[in-house]
Order: sequence, then structure tokens, then C-alpha cells
Amino acid sequence: MDPSVLFSLRLSIQVASAATFFIVLIGVGIAYLLAMKRFRGKELLDIICTLPLVLPPTVTGYYLLVLLGRNGWVGRPVYEWTGWNIMFTWYAAIVASFVVALPLMIKTTRASIESVDKSLINASYTLGHSELGTALKVTLPLAKRGIIAGTILSFARAMGEFGATLMVAGNIPGRTDTMPISIYAHASSGDWSKANWMVVFFSLISGLLLYIANHFSRKTI
Amino acid sequence: MGLSLKLQKKVEGFTLNVEWKIGNELAILFGSSGSGKSMTLQLIAGLIEPDVGIIRSNGSLLYDSMAGVNVSPQKRCLGYVFQDRVLFPHMTVKKNVAYGWRESYRPEMADRVREMLHLFHLEGLEDRFPSEISGGEKQRVALARALIGRPKALLLDEPFSGLDRPIRLELSLLLTEIRNEFDLPVVFVTHDIFEDYALPDKIIVYSGGRIIQVGSPNEVFDHPCEAEVERLTRFHRGMGPSYR
Repeated sequence: MDPSVLFSLRLSIQVASAATFFIVLIGVGIAYLLAMKRFRGKELLDIICTLPLVLPPTVTGYYLLVLLGRNGWVGRPVYEWTGWNIMFTWYAAIVASFVVALPLMIKTTRASIESVDKSLINASYTLGHSELGTALKVTLPLAKRGIIAGTILSFARAMGEFGATLMVAGNIPGRTDTMPISIYAHASSGDWSKANWMVVFFSLISGLLLYIANHFSRKTI
Repeated sequence: MGLSLKLQKKVEGFTLNVEWKIGNELAILFGSSGSGKSMTLQLIAGLIEPDVGIIRSNGSLLYDSMAGVNVSPQKRCLGYVFQDRVLFPHMTVKKNVAYGWRESYRPEMADRVREMLHLFHLEGLEDRFPSEISGGEKQRVALARALIGRPKALLLDEPFSGLDRPIRLELSLLLTEIRNEFDLPVVFVTHDIFEDYALPDKIIVYSGGRIIQVGSPNEVFDHPCEAEVERLTRFHRGMGPSYR
């Protein structure tokens, strides 16, 4: 296999895995809050977390630039302090994939947490278990299938992230060209044979991931 | 010892306004559906909050709207058996029972779990999941789970609903044993008094969020104080041998 194709494949998996790790960590927490709690600004949080699902990826990418760029709200102080900027590194690709794929995790997990029988949670409380203990031993284990399905969907979405990634990580061959970006580059330069191979491969992987996600989101109990 | 309460709670189109007190006895909250019986249990357990009221269990204050006391459901130490025998579907019978253990001292827990499994005739079912056992067995697991933590009162919401007659009879005998063995107040909610073979010490009759009669079974059945009680108990009068 062509070494540049192999690099893109490896980078895509690396980026998607790292993004998914943080998505699970943060997404489950946010989904739990949205499903179980009533607080001020809940609707706003819900909308902000869902926006990347409907916004054009370029708009999401633009926000990330404004936030993380060398003159950005977060980017500038970090640059002044360390002399390092995240833009056009593969870490920026992780951030872009994270932001774009997070809503899928939150939506799927929230729905499965909301479908847990409230009596089971109340039973746990009356048996003396704290809210955290109940979440870890009852609520989340019962929402497990939804969480797994959300994780797989997020991974697939993170693998496929293109627009926002292009804006913040760019297209630097051998450094930030994930598979979707590499396909774009090859197709636009007329290098069809490499693009063909990657397109077929990508479709197969995504199809397989969707199949597994469906399997988990199907109710068996 | 015992359980006493005075509660007011208004929800859409319904007002609960009740006051009663029981000792370490078996009390039945009786009345038609929607009369506020289950709501009373949820209020006692702290799952919902009353507008105004006081709840005392075993001498300690659980809730007092005037003094601003509201003990969390976790700390009320009450055994609550939910309608529909709510067991954790992802835990085995043994784990369900062990889940009710309130202290952290683990070695003692294993012994207590074994003891409860024995007391509730659940030996041999330890490693089954709730979906693999019968309705009567589920109810025994729910009782064992509620009682292993030595609660200060036992609250039962329609515990016999949907079970066959022989199973109800067996469970009601078990309830009598529980009352004697654990010596605690048992509050039993039902809308069908005839299904309750357990001999209650007291019957509290609910109607539309109010209490319309409190008394021993004989008093309530032989001398219904209002037409409403008369109507509710009409079919059972003279039929339940346990009340005669």
C-alpha cells in the first residue's frame, strides 16, 4: 500500500480514537445532566451542544479559529505563555472531530438515560445509595447499550470529519492529512486511483460501524 | 417507635390532606385508585416534597416544613417496595438483595445476605436474574432487599397486584412473619381490601385525598362511618374470614 495512504489511515484512526475518548468522558456527563437535572441554562446548554450537528462544518471551524487561533480567546494567552499554537497540528484535528461528533454521543446517551425506569433510580435512593453511586451502579449500566451505540456513532463521525478539520488543521501532507482530507486532495489533483481505494475503504469501515451501532441500539430487554 | 405524619400537598386538581399515626403494627391504607395512598408513601419516602407537613419515624424527624427539615431519601432509612416489584434487571437475585445493605462493613454483609435469602425462601435462586424468576419470587426479593438494611418502617405499594391467589396468601403469611420478626411499622397500600389476607392491626380509609375512617378491621367493616366506606367495603363484608 502507498505509504501516504497508510499514513492518512493511521492518522484518521488516531484522531478519531483520541476524539472519541474525550467524547465519552465529557459526553456521558453532559447527557446525564441534561437527562436527569433541572437547572438554569439547561436549554442553552442543550442547544450549544447540538449546534455542531446542524451548522455547516465551516462555521464550526470558524468558531474554533476564533477561539484557538494565535489571536484567539484561548489561543493567544496559550501562545504568549508557551509559544505554541494548536493550529495546523493534528491536535487541532482532534478538537474539530471532538466538537463535531460530540452531539451524536449526547443525543444517543441522553435518550437511553431518559428511558431508564425512574422507579429503579428511586428504589436505589430509598435503599440508601447516593446519586453518584446510583448513576454508576444503576442508571449508566442500564443505559449501557445507548452509550455504546453513541460511542461507535461518534467514532464514525469523528473519522469522517472534514470541513472543520480542514479549517483548523489544514492539509499538510504527512502531518495533518486525515483520510477525508487526503481524498479531497487526491480528487482535486486528479489522482483518482489513490482516491478510489480510500473511498471504498472508508465506505466499508463506516458501514461496518453503523451495523455495529444499530446492533447495540436495538432493544433486547 | 412508629410512624406519624401530617401532610398537605396540592397537585393539579387534587389535594392531599392527611394526618395519621401508627405504632409497630401493620396498617392498611385503603381506598379507591387516585385517593392519594401511593402519594402518601412517596411523601414518606422523600421522593416528593409536601407543601406543608411533618413526618416522624421512630422518634426522629424526617420532614418538617416549619423547621425547614427535609432528610434526603437516602438517609430516611425506610424500606420501600414499589408497585410492579421493581428489581434491578442487570443484577442477580443475590446482588439485588445485597444492594439494600446500608453499611460499608462488607464481611458481615455476606452473612446477612445469606440469612435474608434463607428467610425469604430464595435459596437456589441466588444467581438468577429478575427476568428468570416468577412474580411471587420477585416480590420476595424486593422484600428481602428492602429489609436487609434494617429500615425503621416498611412501605408497600400494592404489593400483591397482578399475583395469583395462592401466591398472595403465601406472601401475606410472610408479611405477618416480617411484622413479628422485624418489629417495625408496616404501611400497606391497596385499593382492593379483599386481596389482603394479612390481618392488619389498623385500616386507614382514604377518599379523595382525605381520611374518612381509621379503625381496626372489625370497626371499619362492621361500622362503616360514612356511606363511602360502606360502599368501598360492601363486597367484602362477611366474606373475609380473617376479619371475623
